[in-house]
Amino acid sequence: MYTTELQKTGKIENLEDPQLLDAFEARVAADEFIEPKDWMPEAYRRTLTRQISQHAHSEIVGMLPEGNWITRAPSLRRKAILLAKVQDEAGHGLYLYCAAETLGTSREQMVEALHSGKAKYSTIFNYPTLTWADIGAIGWLVDGAAIMNQVPLQRTSYGPYARAMVRICKEESFHQRQGYEIMIAMANGTPEQKRMAQDALDRWWWPSLMMFGPPDENSPNTAQSMRWRIKRDTNDELRQKFVDVTVPQAEFLGLTVPDPDLAWNEEKGGYDFGEIDWEEFYAVVRGEGPVAKERMKARREAWDDGAWVREAADAHEAKRKQRKAA
Amino acid sequence: MATIAVDPREDYLLRLGDDALVLGQRVSEWCGHGPVLEVDISLANLALDLIGQATLLLDEAGDGDQLAFHRDVLDFRNCLLVEQPNGDFAQTIARHLLYTTWQHMLLQRLQQSSDKFLSEFAHKAVKEVAYHRDLASEWTIRLGDGTEESARRMAEGLAWNWRLIPELFEVDDAMQAAIDSGIAPDPREFEEEYRAAIASVLAEARLEPPADQRPILGGRRGHHSEHLGHLLAVMQFLPRTYPDAKW
Repeated sequence: MYTTELQKTGKIENLEDPQLLDAFEARVAADEFIEPKDWMPEAYRRTLTRQISQHAHSEIVGMLPEGNWITRAPSLRRKAILLAKVQDEAGHGLYLYCAAETLGTSREQMVEALHSGKAKYSTIFNYPTLTWADIGAIGWLVDGAAIMNQVPLQRTSYGPYARAMVRICKEESFHQRQGYEIMIAMANGTPEQKRMAQDALDRWWWPSLMMFGPPDENSPNTAQSMRWRIKRDTNDELRQKFVDVTVPQAEFLGLTVPDPDLAWNEEKGGYDFGEIDWEEFYAVVRGEGPVAKERMKARREAWDDGAWVREAADAHEAKRKQRKAA
Repeated sequence: MATIAVDPREDYLLRLGDDALVLGQRVSEWCGHGPVLEVDISLANLALDLIGQATLLLDEAGDGDQLAFHRDVLDFRNCLLVEQPNGDFAQTIARHLLYTTWQHMLLQRLQQSSDKFLSEFAHKAVKEVAYHRDLASEWTIRLGDGTEESARRMAEGLAWNWRLIPELFEVDDAMQAAIDSGIAPDPREFEEEYRAAIASVLAEARLEPPADQRPILGGRRGHHSEHLGHLLAVMQFLPRTYPDAKW
């Protein structure tokens, strides 16, 4: 789906061999891909590992809010589509873990970092899915915001990440369409369905805007990340683009965006919008989101309850090899 | 509202369609909670195939969504095996092994059905189900011949589901009518082959087959376990709460 902390690049230490560093920076500036075996500054490796693993964790934790509705999807067709979508997210998690592993950290280490609370995942998945309209709103808004974030990452400087993003983006646009299609059915449905649709927009609008991360003035490492082509647009640029694309879609649905300050600004050719509650954003980043505890509990339980299965698979493989050798 | 099917073809479509729907619903409960990411993806694949099969079969029997979401327990025609709770991963795998080994043998024969729809359905589904059966067999072997704990769990999972095998081979009047009309194969013809196939997987898994017990029957006539009502309560709640809504 996307990662919360695109803006954090960690401490950038320039203790590297200046000649290697210059050559590296020149390659990146020329839009060449950096591959796993190529020399790279440690800070670049660390930043990317964190970014890609957070992105992978977001995909995996992101299966939970939507998975919450698979067993209750209201038609056979919706059930199949939602299952396919959540399965895609598992697949995205898998490619992203593999891409991050090429930087030298194992999947096990990354999963442990998630479960210990050391690694972050997108803040958006710490909000609950209360009605079926939330499945529509997630596809429309959350996947819509994710696409805004991810399309530029197809040209990110690290080859395995960029290639994973190409595959992921193709699937995300299907996800967004299915979400919007649910919203169309709900917004044009019975009064109860319309109420659910408006309520979902009310709850998901602001958290979706937060997905782009803190405002540029509070994102001090953006410049370094952009120079390294780990990031290609600033948070505020992407957020603006998202608002501009999404507001007319809400109007088409006949729904009201929950922002009294929202207004078209002819001069800038985009919408002005109200202040985001950054206090809420930072609280959710700290792990204080409404269902953060539920999400982490579900992940830890799946992992802990599956330990005997993973051990059995390893033990069986070892026995098989031993018998083959004998 | 759907009523109990009397037409042998419709009854047969419901039996197969409800099996796929209920098992698909059960397997989908795993989504996001699998023991490892690759397994999560495989289980979602199984559930997707099953929901796809259910959609084809129930749409052929009538209005698929109406049948899936607006019938109560007494009108469901699935076997008792598929509605069993997931339990742990071993119990899920045991259920899948016992059902899909049967389903695969059935579909192989159903390809020769005199009914055009059923024959075409079987041609398509048999490939999917071969994969399901292989996956369940491989995991049965891994868990049976893995650690002490996994072998114990696998044995428990088999013991839970074993009593529901005879229902798969039961031929009641409605089934006999479907067999006589040439649309359905007689499952008794492959019971021996089925027993041998399961025995061979268990032998490779170094597991003893559980003891046979008095058969538990009734699912095909709407007399289910207590588990199905809860499954339906979850699955059907939205369309039943808002019967006029389109989703």
